Amino acid sequence: MKVVYKRPSVLKEVKMHYCPGCGHGIVHKIISELIEELSIREKTIIISPVGCSVLIYDYIDCDATESAHGRAQAVATGLKRAMPDRIVISYQGDGDLAAIGMAETIHAANRGENFTVIFINNAIYGMTGGQMAPTTIVGQRTKTTPTGRDPYHAGRPVRMCELLSQLDGPAYIERVSIHDVKNIIRTKKAIRKALKCQIDGLGYSFVEVLSTCPTNWGIDPVNSMKWVEENMLSYYPLGVFKDRTKVEVVR
Amino acid sequence: MSKSRVLMRGNEAMCEGAIIAGCRLYFGYPITPQNEVPAYMSARMPEVGGVFLQAESELAAINMVWGASCAGKRVMTSSSSPGISLMQEGISYLAGAELPAVIVNVMRGGPGLGNIAPSQSDYFQATRGGGHGDYFCPVLAPSSVEEMAHFMIDAFDIADIYRTPVIVLTDGVLGQMTEPLVLPEPSKRELPPKDWILDGADGRPARKIMSLRLNPQPALEEHNLHLKKKYEEMRKNEVRYDTFMIDDAEVVLVAFGLCSRIAKAAIKMARDEGIPAGLVRPISLWPFPEKIISELSSLDRIRCFLDVEMNFGQMIQDVKLAVNGRKDVHFYGRTGGMIPEETEVFRMIKEVYK
Repeated sequence: MKVVYKRPSVLKEVKMHYCPGCGHGIVHKIISELIEELSIREKTIIISPVGCSVLIYDYIDCDATESAHGRAQAVATGLKRAMPDRIVISYQGDGDLAAIGMAETIHAANRGENFTVIFINNAIYGMTGGQMAPTTIVGQRTKTTPTGRDPYHAGRPVRMCELLSQLDGPAYIERVSIHDVKNIIRTKKAIRKALKCQIDGLGYSFVEVLSTCPTNWGIDPVNSMKWVEENMLSYYPLGVFKDRTKVEVVR
Repeated sequence: MSKSRVLMRGNEAMCEGAIIAGCRLYFGYPITPQNEVPAYMSARMPEVGGVFLQAESELAAINMVWGASCAGKRVMTSSSSPGISLMQEGISYLAGAELPAVIVNVMRGGPGLGNIAPSQSDYFQATRGGGHGDYFCPVLAPSSVEEMAHFMIDAFDIADIYRTPVIVLTDGVLGQMTEPLVLPEPSKRELPPKDWILDGADGRPARKIMSLRLNPQPALEEHNLHLKKKYEEMRKNEVRYDTFMIDDAEVVLVAFGLCSRIAKAAIKMARDEGIPAGLVRPISLWPFPEKIISELSSLDRIRCFLDVEMNFGQMIQDVKLAVNGRKDVHFYGRTGGMIPEETEVFRMIKEVYK
């Protein structure tokens, strides 16, 4: 009998703490599959951020370190500079990466640090119970925008891919989504490309993944997927924003 | 480097000491009066096959230190008071996760932006942990350019032995002044194996480095008690101090760093006038050399203590705890970046001796 599908061995067989319908599980599985397919488990270090996914080290069987809130890419910089031949993955949420860690994000990208950032954008703070994120869309109700995000009071959501693609440093920037199977497959393709980019030493790779937070959105899992499609895609267009992987880069 | 004497600035001697100690990564952000450190490291690190990187902030610098420390490398950062305040979050995390690192504070006047003149007003911050949570950092206080270099050897060893961030607490004068020195030899201390580093789980189970211990009990309390045990070990093994003219002293000055040199000059002036003064100079500010001060305070010969600092009274709290009411503890200090003059300290010795 031919095996056509199996659980990646890198993904530990434990119960995840994530809520039903949360996108983290899907992205964790994609990362685990790719670590296995690219045979990089023995040289990968994952940085787990502050947020729901801080416990990523309980699910993905690789060396991992926490970082303080927002500082993941500074930690990634220190790790990668100390061990340039290892694979470093910084897995961060929107509050971590685009609010408190904006400076670390922009400067790591600008330096063209040769690591991979997986940016989970679910338009809300998950772990603290559903406050406004920098990526919360206009009109979206959260714990701290009870009447909906008012752009004249709280500004408009930050588009990280567009922002970072203004810099010369990054080698590869793409925004994907996990709201349906087709897009999950595209997400895997994008993350594979980002990791390949790092393996080949081409520089900073950044994949933004539009994701879900049914619990804090107050929507059931199935409708959460629809919510991404109906409310996020128009503001956060999917696609490749920067791709220098084809060009020979002299570092 | 040969054993011959060289002439160096404090900030640069400290860099050379760090390199001899095996430090191969430096992350930092410009701030006066320690700008010679990143400047020197930016030229020197590439020469020794190391990494220099100018961070976008002190927050980033201390977290880059975290990353390199996870890799098991000897790594340091430096800053001055306001920048060290910004690093406190990271230092707390390093302590919680038991990551070794060396952090140099070339102190300047505060609070706030303060000024760029030398100061000792970060004593509380350095010796009380500094950030949030239940922890301490070992603190070493050099008093000369030579010690700036030599203490780096010790600082990196303590960091590795106890898996802890170590603070080297110095000031703008020591950082900026030029003195002759003999550079240190590499350490011969036996160090524990780094069997906790993250370099990819090749042929071993995956490891994690964390400061988060969410389980209500007993996870965090157990971990903190483990830290406490380490701190008790340090209190037992890592106390360092120096004494000067203490054998017949009736007035005991207590001063660290630059102030200890001013105190020595004042003591000589006092001795010329027949006042038997002496000095205890804490070198490790944490763990504090409380035993020697406590023992001295029990001697009938000793009339009183005089604590001298470049702040308005911080270490005096530790001196009073050690003296424990047995003798009076007087204070003389200048604040806001001012340096006490030896004549001022001498006058104070005369006053408290009366």
